[in-house]
Amino acid sequence: MTKLLYFAWVRERIGKREEEIDLPAEVVTVSDLLEWLRDKGDGYAEALQQPQVIRVAINEEHVDHREAIAGAREIALFPPMTGG
Amino acid sequence: MAIAPTVRVQQQDFDLAAEVAALTSGRTDVGAVVTFSGLCRDEGGALAALELEHYPGMAEAEIKRIVSEAITRWPVTGLTIIHRYGQIHPGENIVLVVAASPHRQAAFEAASFLMDYLKSRAPFWKKEHHVDGSAGGWVEAKEADATALKRWDEKGQR
Repeated sequence: MTKLLYFAWVRERIGKREEEIDLPAEVVTVSDLLEWLRDKGDGYAEALQQPQVIRVAINEEHVDHREAIAGAREIALFPPMTGG
Repeated sequence: MAIAPTVRVQQQDFDLAAEVAALTSGRTDVGAVVTFSGLCRDEGGALAALELEHYPGMAEAEIKRIVSEAITRWPVTGLTIIHRYGQIHPGENIVLVVAASPHRQAAFEAASFLMDYLKSRAPFWKKEHHVDGSAGGWVEAKEADATALKRWDEKGQR
């Protein structure tokens, strides 16, 4: 099981803060994950309609979309950051 | 010289003078202290509050990574970063950066570097709430903030 976390408008559109998911073996990279999640329902499709804008962190570190997700215990999806 | 930076992610306000004193009191090697405070502005009277969401755990971890990078680049004697989350009203503080060093150039540059990286790399998101009761939506990341980051890359490659 992998813990998925969602923030800001990704969280609002998906409709939850987090969930535990059993990812299928064919989901190898971050990019695969975003595509796979899009098919999980309307909220996911709305949140991830432009996957290229989604930022991803694995185990609390930024990664790019080509990163492999093997061994990830926590994957977070969020929009570009606007702190400061 | 190893320094012990201070990184805090908190709901409550901070005291700028107290944070400066923490980096200078009892020492005689600090010649420069630069502080940057980021405040919530009212956008011409339209904004009632900002709601700052963050990723607990990663926010602290990412800021610490940025701070470690600053320490390798500039001869600072102390660094403090405090970033608030939750509801913040116009006029209230959002973020504080304090950089202390023997000479001013390092303090100015380290503070500027830290703010540029915080803007684009620290996992915080701002949502606007308008005076008329409507939710103004999530603040969009600015291209200028991404551009501001690049100047530090170029310096690093020199």
